[in-house]
Amino acid sequence: MRGLAFDIAHLLAGGMVVVSFLLLYQDRVYALLNVFALHSLVLALAVGWQAYIQEAHHLYVTAGIALIFKAVVIPTALHRIVQRLGIHRTLEVVGGVGRDMLAGTALVALAILVMLPVTAGADALAREDLAFALAVVLLGLLLMVTRQNAVSLVVGFMSLENGLVLAAAGARGMPLAVEISVAFSVLIALIVIGVFLFRIRERFDSVDMQAMDTFREGRRK
Amino acid sequence: MNDVGFSAVTALLVVPASTALLLVLLPGYRVGARLNVGAALLSLLAAFTLFEARPDANLYLRVDDFNIYLIVLNNLVSFTTSVFSASYIAHELDTGRLTPAYLRFYHAMYQALLFAMNLALLANNIGLLWVAIELATLITVLMVGLYRTRAALEAAWKYFILGSLGIALALFGTILVYLAAQPTMGEGLPAMAWDRLLAHAKAFDPALLNLAFVFLLLGYGTKAGLVPLHAWLPDAHAEGPTPISAVLSGLLLNVALYAVLRFKMLMSANPAALAPGPLMVILGLLSLLFAGLMLYRRGDIKRLFAYSSIEHMGIITFAFGMGGPLANFAGLLHMTMHSLTKSAIFFAVGHISQVKGTQRISTIRGLTVTHPTLGWGLVAGVIAIAGMPPFGVFMSEFLVVSSTFARQPLLALPLVIGLLLAFGTLLWRVHGVAFGKPDGGPAAPVQASILPLLAHLALVLIAGIWLPGPLVAWFLHVAVLLG
Repeated sequence: MRGLAFDIAHLLAGGMVVVSFLLLYQDRVYALLNVFALHSLVLALAVGWQAYIQEAHHLYVTAGIALIFKAVVIPTALHRIVQRLGIHRTLEVVGGVGRDMLAGTALVALAILVMLPVTAGADALAREDLAFALAVVLLGLLLMVTRQNAVSLVVGFMSLENGLVLAAAGARGMPLAVEISVAFSVLIALIVIGVFLFRIRERFDSVDMQAMDTFREGRRK
Repeated sequence: MNDVGFSAVTALLVVPASTALLLVLLPGYRVGARLNVGAALLSLLAAFTLFEARPDANLYLRVDDFNIYLIVLNNLVSFTTSVFSASYIAHELDTGRLTPAYLRFYHAMYQALLFAMNLALLANNIGLLWVAIELATLITVLMVGLYRTRAALEAAWKYFILGSLGIALALFGTILVYLAAQPTMGEGLPAMAWDRLLAHAKAFDPALLNLAFVFLLLGYGTKAGLVPLHAWLPDAHAEGPTPISAVLSGLLLNVALYAVLRFKMLMSANPAALAPGPLMVILGLLSLLFAGLMLYRRGDIKRLFAYSSIEHMGIITFAFGMGGPLANFAGLLHMTMHSLTKSAIFFAVGHISQVKGTQRISTIRGLTVTHPTLGWGLVAGVIAIAGMPPFGVFMSEFLVVSSTFARQPLLALPLVIGLLLAFGTLLWRVHGVAFGKPDGGPAAPVQASILPLLAHLALVLIAGIWLPGPLVAWFLHVAVLLG
């Protein structure tokens, strides 16, 4: 049982890294949102599995939040926003997908090289989980850095945050895991969907960050 | 006695939180502004009570020698800022930059921010600390975007992205600290309580702690505006309402730095872990030099002082990075002086940009002639923040420089260059604003409350001339604690 529990946890955490890679090479907005929903679904499964093997019932709440809020509500809402605002359906990738994939691979290697030696004392489950979580965080960062439009930035940030929830769930018996995932969900829900996308559209006719970036102090003089 | 302390701590959290709720429901901005001032005063009184009676630490909250002074400072500046905000915000309504509905929102958020900062300072639990700082970030993002102009939205957006990145990194660091503690301290809440962590820190895995500290320093450092993660700070200061700039610069940056210092103490308690000092020295020097250079070409007066905040955060981080009783003493003193002075400057700048109708330095001229009180208030504030003698900032900067010369003369060189650079450019930029030739036009009347400005400057001046004995003794005590 111990071996199987570990293998499944490993599989699900690894699955998140793979889905993070999928996020990297999407060039259509809807596809990006769908893959993000898949990302959150895998997260929910991974956290649910951790809840089961650690017998930590509060983690089921975290898994539930991931499933309902991040895998269903947010992608649906973003879908509707994209539809209503008529945002360009295709995404520009700065520098090409191939380079991103290479950089992503390097980041995953980095995450594993950093985490595994450092956590030699911790138990195997937490180690692997943490290494994968760091990889997901770094891939999320990469997505944020290499994309110009607001939707990709938001998706990048949310996938990064999924990585953090994975790390929190993997740390055995970590208190406040539920509170933290709620706090993050509020952060995302309130700002991103409620305020920004609508206001930005209202003012700029575009959710393209490059169009927003014309304001600089030097040019105002 | 402990009951008194406990109720004081409760009041520090409950008063702002319930006032925030009340303010959401209350229409009418005049009542809102008064309630805002009243609630801030109540919190300040509760903070003073903590000197007399301290509650015992529990797993969530704790008051000790270090955070008590930041709590008092936090509530003091929040109170004076709320007084300033009452007169500032009335003018914004007159000019139509804000509507009553936004003002209601603004006042509620102000109290919510006060709640979040008090919670962060009181927190004994590193998870709670993180949640509080996240809440503060969230609220300030909404406040920065309050004017709904193009520039304000871009500033809020940039702040949101960088701030939440910082917050995310800090969370990863927090999880790593928990993982380091878990083998020795077992699972559950005690392994996240800061005082217990400190007691057990010797036994933690040093490698894991090192990695955690890097994440925490970068994460909370983003919130403290340290270069290279400072990009949000000038925009957020320039585009948000001025009272928020004052609170951001004077308080929120301190809160973020406070979080870094808590973890620094944890690192120092483990002899095998990486020394946190050098990392902080490097980030501090970088911030100082970079901000010194950037000050030179600022065209926007609020942005100018935002860069000056980066500079001072750099000095403080540098001082704490050097460590040792003297440098820590200087760091603590500088934190206090910078809070008071910088918020005073923003009070002056807020009214100045209102009477002049612009924030552009090139169009604000000859203030000492057209608006003597504001003009001279600004001059006094700038002299203080640039580190000239009679004021308290001079003393703390002098201590930082002299303690560095005594121990690491080579590090003192870039430090002094940075200080001089900032000193020169600040005075040069403000010279025209204060003494230039006023541009025609009748002087608009000022309906400003000068009191908060004068109160802050008076405190800084007194601190520069004479620090009360008990305060010195107590700063020294905390400086030793900080290691």
